[in-house]
Amino acid sequence: MSEHALEIIEAGPLATTQDLGRPGLMSMGVPRSGAADRDSLRLANRLVGNPEASVGIEATFGGLKVRARGLLTVALTGAPAQARRNGQRVAHNSVVRLRDGDVLALGAPRAGARTYLAVRGGLLPGLVLGSGATDVLSGLGPPPLTIGVVLRVGTSPNALPDIDLAPRPRLTNSAIELPLTWGPRADWLTTESRQRLLDTAWTVTPTSNRIGLRLSGDPLDTHADRELLSEGLGQGAIQVPREGRPILFLSDHPVTGGYPVVAVVDSTAIDAAGQAVPGQTIRFRLSRGRATR
Amino acid sequence: MRVLPYGDRAFLLEFDDVHQVIAHHAAIVAAAPPGIVELVPAARTILVEVDVSLRTLDDVVREVTALDPLPPDADRVTPLVEVPIKYDGPDLADAASAVGLSVESFVRRHADQAWVAAFTGFAPGFAYLVGEDEWEIPRRASPRVAVPTGAVAMAGPFTGIYPRESPGGWQIIGHTDVVLWDLDRESPALIPAGHRVRFRERT
Repeated sequence: MSEHALEIIEAGPLATTQDLGRPGLMSMGVPRSGAADRDSLRLANRLVGNPEASVGIEATFGGLKVRARGLLTVALTGAPAQARRNGQRVAHNSVVRLRDGDVLALGAPRAGARTYLAVRGGLLPGLVLGSGATDVLSGLGPPPLTIGVVLRVGTSPNALPDIDLAPRPRLTNSAIELPLTWGPRADWLTTESRQRLLDTAWTVTPTSNRIGLRLSGDPLDTHADRELLSEGLGQGAIQVPREGRPILFLSDHPVTGGYPVVAVVDSTAIDAAGQAVPGQTIRFRLSRGRATR
Repeated sequence: MRVLPYGDRAFLLEFDDVHQVIAHHAAIVAAAPPGIVELVPAARTILVEVDVSLRTLDDVVREVTALDPLPPDADRVTPLVEVPIKYDGPDLADAASAVGLSVESFVRRHADQAWVAAFTGFAPGFAYLVGEDEWEIPRRASPRVAVPTGAVAMAGPFTGIYPRESPGGWQIIGHTDVVLWDLDRESPALIPAGHRVRFRERT
């Protein structure tokens, strides 16, 4: 049997292997990690007939270039980066066949930050605690991909689906609106600052990454005289440190934190946050869903 | 116990002290309610994340808040980890005098009492151990750039063991050779939250 594999020719700004992470280990101090835009990774896997949790590549701001070893079936989802197979354009959110030696290259995404590449059969990096996700905070998982890395490809138990193109809402670099509910420490914000969290057009700063989005805007006032003991953190948590600029936590968030979590973004909107780019505007609105209690 | 909101698939339980956290965490672990994805105990809180495709948040809140706390006691089958320790840390004398004890009595008290891993954090494998004595040890005025792997250190009421070399402001009272974090072990953390710990003095 010939070996099926994917060779990294260029990694771009940051390319990592991702799946759905390492759930259930936070009590051991291990964050979940996994794709920043889970839904896009799931879709890519479905398109090539993989189980949704199979390992794929998360390419940040494009620039990824790979060479096929053996015949491969792949799909690109998430941030629409212009993709070329041996120089010829191929479609996004679709199924692409690569022959042995074919080169697939991603340009910079037109919108969004993270493009997902799934390969039929799934990629087989070394698993750490059952997951192939690279966690940039804890350092767990395979290291970020670099030139020359060869990722073996497994076999899929499933048949290829009949569809080969999935319609998706367009990603945008214009302002996005994220629904939230008030968090455990909402009362640490002054009444005026709670309103300002909702009224402000926040800007995603360049220091944002898989750990979280750091937002700039008119700083919020917290009751700085209070001292909070560290408590558990979850994805979508909006934490406000003393200097008043919110941090929205994504996949590689720390397990605990010592600043107040004033609000939590709805779980359905976290994938959209995972696609936000530096300079993009984020507005928060109170969720139409009912409060959690 | 207070229930605080934490988005559409989690909630935060808040308690008056770390002993209540330990007892309620033990109760939840023992009852193992279905649908709980993550359980993150901390100094005053437990974060509970729920798979809302299996159960509603309200349902899990009801079950968890109805549980009776399980106070630590010897009869319970809580895993006990023995940690051999050499009390030779550079801050041992400072830590002893902070609680008004001679070095000798401090070492005896530290090794004699039962410690419980109240919660983890800071680094994978790092556990915050709470003892029977309500000690209050101040942090060092200036943190060390590098605390060595295996250093046993104290701050506030907590004892902790550094799983790997890291910066730190805790008072180092000794060191151990046990491996706190090993990815090749079935349970990588030697001391997960809820485990009991005994320090055995090694001379």
